[in-house]
Amino acid sequence: MNQPKNIVQKIWDEHLVAQQPDSPALLYIDRQLIHEVTSPQAFTGLRQRGLQVRRPDRTTATVDHALPTLPSPDGTLAGRLGLADALSQKQIAQLETNTQEFGIQCYGPASDRNGIVHVIGPELGLTQPGMTMVCGDSHTSTHGAFGALAFGIGTSEVEHVLATQCLLQRQPKTCKVEVMGKPGKGVSAKDIILALIAKIGVAGGVGYVLEYCGEAIRALNMDERMTVCNMSIEAGARAGLIAPDEVTFAYLADCPLAPKGAEWDAALEKWKQLPSDPDASYDRVVTLDISNLEPMITFGTNPGMGMPITANVPFPSDYSDESQKAALEKALAYMDLQPGAPLLGHAVDVVFIGSCTNSRMTDLRQAAQVMRGRKVAKGVRVLVVPGSQPIKRQAEAEGLDKVFLAAGAEWREAGCSMCIAMNGDQIEPGQYAVSTSNRNFEGRQGKGGRTLLASPWTAAAAAVTGMVADVRTLLDD
Amino acid sequence: MQPLTKLNSRVVALPLNDIDTDQIIPARFLKVTDKADLAANLFADWRFTADGSPRPDFVLNQPQSRGAQLLFAGNNFGCGSSREHAPWALTGFGFRVVVATSFGDIFRNNALKNGLLPVRVDADTHQKMREVLEENPQGEWSLDLEAQSLSLPGGLTVHFDVDPFSKTCLMRGTDELGYLLSFMDQILAYEQAHGKQVGA
Ligand code: SF4
Repeated sequence: MNQPKNIVQKIWDEHLVAQQPDSPALLYIDRQLIHEVTSPQAFTGLRQRGLQVRRPDRTTATVDHALPTLPSPDGTLAGRLGLADALSQKQIAQLETNTQEFGIQCYGPASDRNGIVHVIGPELGLTQPGMTMVCGDSHTSTHGAFGALAFGIGTSEVEHVLATQCLLQRQPKTCKVEVMGKPGKGVSAKDIILALIAKIGVAGGVGYVLEYCGEAIRALNMDERMTVCNMSIEAGARAGLIAPDEVTFAYLADCPLAPKGAEWDAALEKWKQLPSDPDASYDRVVTLDISNLEPMITFGTNPGMGMPITANVPFPSDYSDESQKAALEKALAYMDLQPGAPLLGHAVDVVFIGSCTNSRMTDLRQAAQVMRGRKVAKGVRVLVVPGSQPIKRQAEAEGLDKVFLAAGAEWREAGCSMCIAMNGDQIEPGQYAVSTSNRNFEGRQGKGGRTLLASPWTAAAAAVTGMVADVRTLLDD
Repeated sequence: MQPLTKLNSRVVALPLNDIDTDQIIPARFLKVTDKADLAANLFADWRFTADGSPRPDFVLNQPQSRGAQLLFAGNNFGCGSSREHAPWALTGFGFRVVVATSFGDIFRNNALKNGLLPVRVDADTHQKMREVLEENPQGEWSLDLEAQSLSLPGGLTVHFDVDPFSKTCLMRGTDELGYLLSFMDQILAYEQAHGKQVGA
């Protein structure tokens, strides 16, 4: 009998092209996604060597990081480009030139399918179970929600994949993350992943691919699974994935670029073989019980510095490890927060609902659930930024834009927006933002800005109260 | 890529944990389409005040950092974003070696591809190295990549692991794309065998 394998081992074996002794393996990459910020130097490298893009058909581009999400002055989608600064315009223009020259499909500023790379890949059906996928972006782990082995790479590797469709890789270790229990009111996928990172730490997953499983994961829809896999990298894991099931297949059946007809039947047959064998082994196992989980929020400057919303900020003296103590002291100084104090009731200046972590329909519906019929608190700036143009249209069809606008929030075009301070949207020095994005690093959302990571529900609660609030008090039973 | 075999250098001490790539090079400096000039903004938000003047208390602005090729960091160095701009900024400044107790995965990969050697040491060794550095902040450390060792003033010698493939690439200054391209026949055969060829 064959050795039982877990899903990661299955995908790895299926994509192994060559392996020399004492060297990393050549792993075949089924699909590469590229964007404007991490690709220019890769194309320059290709030109310098006189190389072509080997498989433009396996490469897809979008523009998201540097593209402003403000409404376009002339009403056209492409008009947003005019709002970008000169350097960003040049970077975006270069992506369009590069993709045209090498025959790569680009969902650029003018496309009605434009959006954040990790939102549009799944939406188009480019992301499929069992695939190997890469992108010059660490949140490529998002695509693992479909049972793909998907990870972020650097620009040199972008060039390697453009030139050869292969990557040099060492076989990753695997960690099974079993999530048990049913979430209580106001507890979302974001709270699950923040709780996991708080538990294992920002370096807890280094060297591993995480496989999320257990009843709490099975109960999530695809939007929610993407939220979980998205933040695998914040635990230090390059990839995280979830074995495909009927929920996955039902989502894919409606995607424009997913297989159709006989090809669909054949694909489905293969996808059903992917889940880990019952006796498969892992290098490590972690469990998390969410039965008593509260909504989570971060207080520090890395995503592992998170706590239940009703908890108090920890004391540096709670830690025996000197370096952890020092890290917390530095973080609290930057955040200007007092150890031992609650975060509940802390005033907030900005609320950002968006990013590849939380900008899909499930997220927007949850935010709207809290904001419907309520007003944004005085002095708070609230941005709601859909992850893609199709999501924007869907949200408008459901009237969610009206809910946000009536409350006093800004409703934007699709893009990365305030997740990363490089497209005009940012927080000011000293300001506090409750944000549904994935990184609370110093300056991530603007130099000197202070980020509190939380779910769309919790972010919406902050928007309408003007402070860190427990969304459970605002939701009906 | 410049080959890396041996070097003697003073050390820049930045022994903080979880230094993420947004600190190494903040996102607003990623709008470039080449690799030049990133070093000018290495650790920009720690290195400069709001008006752009250097903070004298930040280590990179101190005289002993000039020309240093070794960076001594804490745990989980280079976590966060996949931006290769981080190693580009570090090597542009002149660094060839970073010592830490662990590294962000993507950063480590990116570093190796740019002639920047990530040296991983255990917590005890890290502590000993830190003490040497505190006693003798101006002292030079010697790297011998062939021997996989770092020699510190006062006689401490630290051996480290580096996988044979990366070691060869670093010592010869070769890059990985050439290696990958030499497998084109196998790549084509793989595509045929798996129904992934062009037009399939
Ligand atoms: S939304 Fe944020 S994390 Fe996601 S791809 Fe854009 S910048 Fe990166």
